[in-house]
Amino acid sequence: MATTKVDAPPLAGMARPPAVVAKPSVSIPTKRAADVIVASLLLGLGGLVLGAAVRMGIGWGSDGPESGFVPFWLAIVLIPCCASIIRGAVRRGSEERFATGERLVCVLKVLLPATAMVAFTPFIGLYAASLIYMAVYMRLMGRHSWALSLALPLALTVLVFLVFERWFLVPLPKGPIEAWLGY
Amino acid sequence: MGIENILLGFSVAITPYNLGVAVIGIVLGTIIGVLPGLGGANGVAILLPLTFRMPPTSAIILLTSLYWGALFGGAITSILFNIPGEPWSVATTFDGYPLARLGKSGQALTASFTSSFVGALFSTILITLFAPLLADVALRFGPPEFFAIQLLTFSAFVGLGSGDPAKSLVSVVLGLLLAAVGLDTVTGHIRLTFGLTPLISGFDFIVVVIGLFGLGEIFLSMEEGLKFEGAKAGMNLRVVLDTWKELPRYWRTFLRGCLIGFWMGFKPGGATPASFMSYGFAKRFSKRGENFGKGEIEGVVAPETAAHAAGVAAMLPMITLGIPGSPTAAVMLGGLVIWGLQPGPMLFKEQPEFVWGLIASMYTGNVIGVLMVLAFVPFFAAILRVPFAILIPFIVVICAIGAFAAHGNMADLIYLIPFGLIGYVFKKLNYPLAPLVLALVLGDLAEAAFRQSLIMSQGTLLIFFRRPISAVITAAAIVLFLYPVIAPWWRRFGRSPPPVTPISSDSTS
Repeated sequence: MATTKVDAPPLAGMARPPAVVAKPSVSIPTKRAADVIVASLLLGLGGLVLGAAVRMGIGWGSDGPESGFVPFWLAIVLIPCCASIIRGAVRRGSEERFATGERLVCVLKVLLPATAMVAFTPFIGLYAASLIYMAVYMRLMGRHSWALSLALPLALTVLVFLVFERWFLVPLPKGPIEAWLGY
Repeated sequence: MGIENILLGFSVAITPYNLGVAVIGIVLGTIIGVLPGLGGANGVAILLPLTFRMPPTSAIILLTSLYWGALFGGAITSILFNIPGEPWSVATTFDGYPLARLGKSGQALTASFTSSFVGALFSTILITLFAPLLADVALRFGPPEFFAIQLLTFSAFVGLGSGDPAKSLVSVVLGLLLAAVGLDTVTGHIRLTFGLTPLISGFDFIVVVIGLFGLGEIFLSMEEGLKFEGAKAGMNLRVVLDTWKELPRYWRTFLRGCLIGFWMGFKPGGATPASFMSYGFAKRFSKRGENFGKGEIEGVVAPETAAHAAGVAAMLPMITLGIPGSPTAAVMLGGLVIWGLQPGPMLFKEQPEFVWGLIASMYTGNVIGVLMVLAFVPFFAAILRVPFAILIPFIVVICAIGAFAAHGNMADLIYLIPFGLIGYVFKKLNYPLAPLVLALVLGDLAEAAFRQSLIMSQGTLLIFFRRPISAVITAAAIVLFLYPVIAPWWRRFGRSPPPVTPISSDSTS
């Protein structure tokens, strides 16, 4: 049983992530609009691929079909499919919202910290980044005590270190802290 | 050919090391099956880096055991929490959760694990018998035949999928395009990088799988709100034995589930539609059919038997043809390549210990699996009682480690979040993800087979119709591709179209 319900997020006094403190003022698109947007992006991708394929050559080279041959035909399939999706969405798309603002905030509360962790990893290493991430998340989202929020992530990080670096010899990104500890 | 092969397999699978590997695989797999956001495919993808230094046979035993564990784990959350941890356990919730509400969770869990075991055993026996025959046939296949089978794989998603066929096709094409980015394996040219240097190494399927299925699933479950209000597991030996006494009564349902599961499973499409189909048939033919949905043991037996039979059967095309029937099998196929094995029919000739060790481990793994889940259900169920603020960041960290560790490449880690977002948006908009993953893994192989065929024929597509086996398969693939176009037409002439079960091609089996 989760001690903290997701749908009653404790938002007040949060340092991070900043974007979710304020209620989003942007209007959330309907499912129809989302469908059209995504299909249009894919349509654009199809166009890009088509152009790139033509530049690479879509014909018959000295050693069989050229590099652009397969991407070209894939783009030729992709473009009408996207057009059909757009047409379908415009005709009978759902007027329902893509998601309610409140639920989208819940998604952002996982997305933004995770993005921050990934963004910090190249600089401080995966171990430190994940440790901070887990501790901050537990403290802010779960309102667990500082002691637990530090002890548990630390234990998990040590466990991950032992499993990957020691037992299976898979090196993970390390930063200055590991260097200081002699790794 | 015959008994000595499977004996060779058991001599490999029953070493203490490999049995230990199977136990670890089952435990981790069951945990992964129970956790939200982690399932068979991305569980296998996350563990893949840890197998690089293992002998290939032990590595595949670890990954397949993980898969069996994930199949079992899905049933636990379905019955106790009404949360299908995996798409193929959705049908299990229909009667499993009502049973748990009636205080019969022990019976429901016992029935479900036993059915899973029976289904898996049935498919394993069929694989033991037919895999060598299929591999023998496949030895005579050339590039046109292989391409035809790959085409059939993709067309099955488009033709039999439940959603918009255009979206299924987009998903296939995106997977193939992602596979095409970077080095062109045939000519050695760099392509589709749009001048961005990091794209030269292309997109790795492991990151894509972890992003789409792992992070994407977490975002989705956060949006839907995680609420774990579970029933107690109520398991003891008495309940298990009593349920076992009752089960033989449903032998027809078992048999039907096995057959449906195997038939659906060895073709792409997988475990999810098989479980729904088996449930539907059981409801129709059972004397107590009108009670289905209110808590019938038979309603748990039917989908679970079929789901496991299908899950195991998905291994058949992977080991004999080198063509995976499900995203999980696709990830394992990627593993085979990394371990230095050439997937395909030659495995039976060149790596008999590997193939037969794998097949024998399906027997041992499922025996170990059913005993372990029966014994430790309360432990596995307790995982979902861990507060979400601890579970979620830990799952995200595990996903990040898996994404990086596959190749020790920082760019892979950076791609993880975008693929997570794509997975979330695609799921919301009903783009199936399974075809994308299969196309990504098969992309290079499919393109190479296609271009080699064209080189063989001096550039004419007719080669796919001139050779008998490839002609039949290609024709079937074309029919499936056109099915969404033909079907409404058919109806207009007043004839009923051939019954096609709605297939959720989004199965992550």
